[in-house]
Amino acid sequence: MEFNYDVVVVGGGPAGLGAAAKAKESGLKVAILERNFELGGILNQCIHSGFGLGYFGEDLTGPEYSERFIDLINEQDIEILLNTMVIEITSDREITAVNKNGLLKIKAGAIILAMGCRERTRGAIKIPGSRPSGVFTAGQAQRYMNLENLKPGKKVVILGSGDIGLIMARRMTLEGIKVLGVYELMPYANGLQRNIKQCLDDFKIPLHLSTTVIDIIGKNRLEAVIVAQVDEKGNPIEGTEEKIECDTLLLSTGLIPENELSVKTGIILNKLTNGPLVNANLETNIRGIFACGNALHVHDLVDYVTKEAELAGQKAADFVRGKTSLSENIEVTPGENVRYTVPNYIPTHIDGAIKLYFRVTKPIESGRIVVKANGKTIFTGKEDAFKPSEMMIFYLTPKVVAENLSDLTVAIKEEK
Amino acid sequence: MNSEILVCIICPKACILNIEMENEKIISILGNKCKRGVDYAEKELTNPERALSSTVLIKGGVLPLLPVRSSKALPKDSLIKVMEVIDKTEVVAPVKIGDIIVKNVSNLGVDIIASRSMRKVI
Ligand SMILES: Cc1cc2nc3c(=O)[nH]c(=O)nc-3n(C[C@H](O)[C@H](O)[C@H](O)COP(=O)(O)OP(=O)(O)OC[C@H]3O[C@@H](n4cnc5c(N)ncnc54)[C@H](O)[C@@H]3O)c2cc1C
Ligand code: SF4
Repeated sequence: MEFNYDVVVVGGGPAGLGAAAKAKESGLKVAILERNFELGGILNQCIHSGFGLGYFGEDLTGPEYSERFIDLINEQDIEILLNTMVIEITSDREITAVNKNGLLKIKAGAIILAMGCRERTRGAIKIPGSRPSGVFTAGQAQRYMNLENLKPGKKVVILGSGDIGLIMARRMTLEGIKVLGVYELMPYANGLQRNIKQCLDDFKIPLHLSTTVIDIIGKNRLEAVIVAQVDEKGNPIEGTEEKIECDTLLLSTGLIPENELSVKTGIILNKLTNGPLVNANLETNIRGIFACGNALHVHDLVDYVTKEAELAGQKAADFVRGKTSLSENIEVTPGENVRYTVPNYIPTHIDGAIKLYFRVTKPIESGRIVVKANGKTIFTGKEDAFKPSEMMIFYLTPKVVAENLSDLTVAIKEEK
Repeated sequence: MNSEILVCIICPKACILNIEMENEKIISILGNKCKRGVDYAEKELTNPERALSSTVLIKGGVLPLLPVRSSKALPKDSLIKVMEVIDKTEVVAPVKIGDIIVKNVSNLGVDIIASRSMRKVI
């Protein structure tokens, strides 16, 4: 088969950029397809700092982090197709995309999915009440304020303690918008602790845990929301309702990997992450199609996205050059207190380090990582604290796993 | 002797620092996973600082706003004052990343710099 490109990357955010740069190192013909008018992805609207500590050892803003990679990509002979939206991918790696020139058909030696994620919207979390204007996702508000010069409103309530909402609480406060409070359904905050401190505590914005919005009031524009405390099952407690007058409600209730395209291709998703199930090469169930970044699972730190993307880029290049072989795989099982792992499959015989990313199901004040293989405990970690908001990494090395694997479980054992 | 609990915000590990103080001097810190936590606690308890990012209006650029940041952390209590300056600032495209947008803002010895390059619309 004649390929237009050896490696085609779908999406030009940090994941796509990292993957393309790495694939190019093998001297292949590489292209990036991006639907926006410029590269950089979601980072272009994340004007706050906190990026790059892991990868560059520097505290950068989102645009600074992405510009470094854009410069790197531009220096190389990588084809960049902007304003180009991928609408279909077949399992034999033919891509259909649209741009102002019409339909494009592109044959690829390997494809890397790096479409990022989208936000949970009101529909996805089901708040009853009327449908006035003034209800946005936190990321939409971030776009308005940081890219388009629009203010979302004057008096704001934030539902959900995800990082984007926290970052926006600070941003709006500094722009003179009144942020009345953040309401979180769970008994713990979802965002990173540093964001709670520097975005809420610094500005005395209250965080109400185990509390949610149960109704929305307003005809054309939002006029008020009703909040109520919830019990352990998440049901509103009668008598705790409170009416809060506001003209804007921001939803910061989570991100979902963007995989409409992948599903149409026949790629199987992990129900726990909504990203593709992948092996240690970050390859999906369809050979030659790889995934990384927020399209694979939601990351809170872009540094991990870049690292993961580089692996996908390397493995896609290896695949094109015929350097990967089909090895026998076993499934990694999330054990007690572990919500999911990436990858989902690993080879029975490990000959190099494999990074196992995972998240816990609930905050654990003190616990230890326990890894079991073939029914035996092969690793017990140091005592540490674990939070669902923090992605953890465990390095599976030939030293830890000496024998051939038949099963592998990663769990967190709580220490009382 | 009195004690303070702080969350270190230098990196995402967010260590909880248990600090013992005497006569406004730190005598011991527990809970930091690295040395930067100690520097942070000292700064935070004497003169707290924060990095600031925002946007300024830009004329003739591919977007109406240019993201900017403080070149170094600013005293925490100066943020509102600095925001007033930033809100009044307008620049013209093209701009390069790192260009100084406001020099020595509010005489604090810190510049406001561009955090991305922005080309002119043609
Ligand atoms: C609002 C927000 C705040 C964050 N704050 C921090 C922080 O403080 N520190 C930190 O380290 N990390 C932070 N993160 C996390 C980090 O920025 C993200 O994890 C990272 O940007 C994800 O990169 P990505 O390339 O996977 O996705 P994205 O950046 O979303 O890029 C995906 C790209 O794919 C394109 N695309 C999608 N579908 C198609 C298609 N069909 N055809 C063509 N192109 C397509 C999109 O246009 C986009 O450019 C934040 C994330 C968000 C959303
Ligand atoms: S003490 Fe060190 S490891 Fe802990 S949060 Fe601060 S900088 Fe990070």
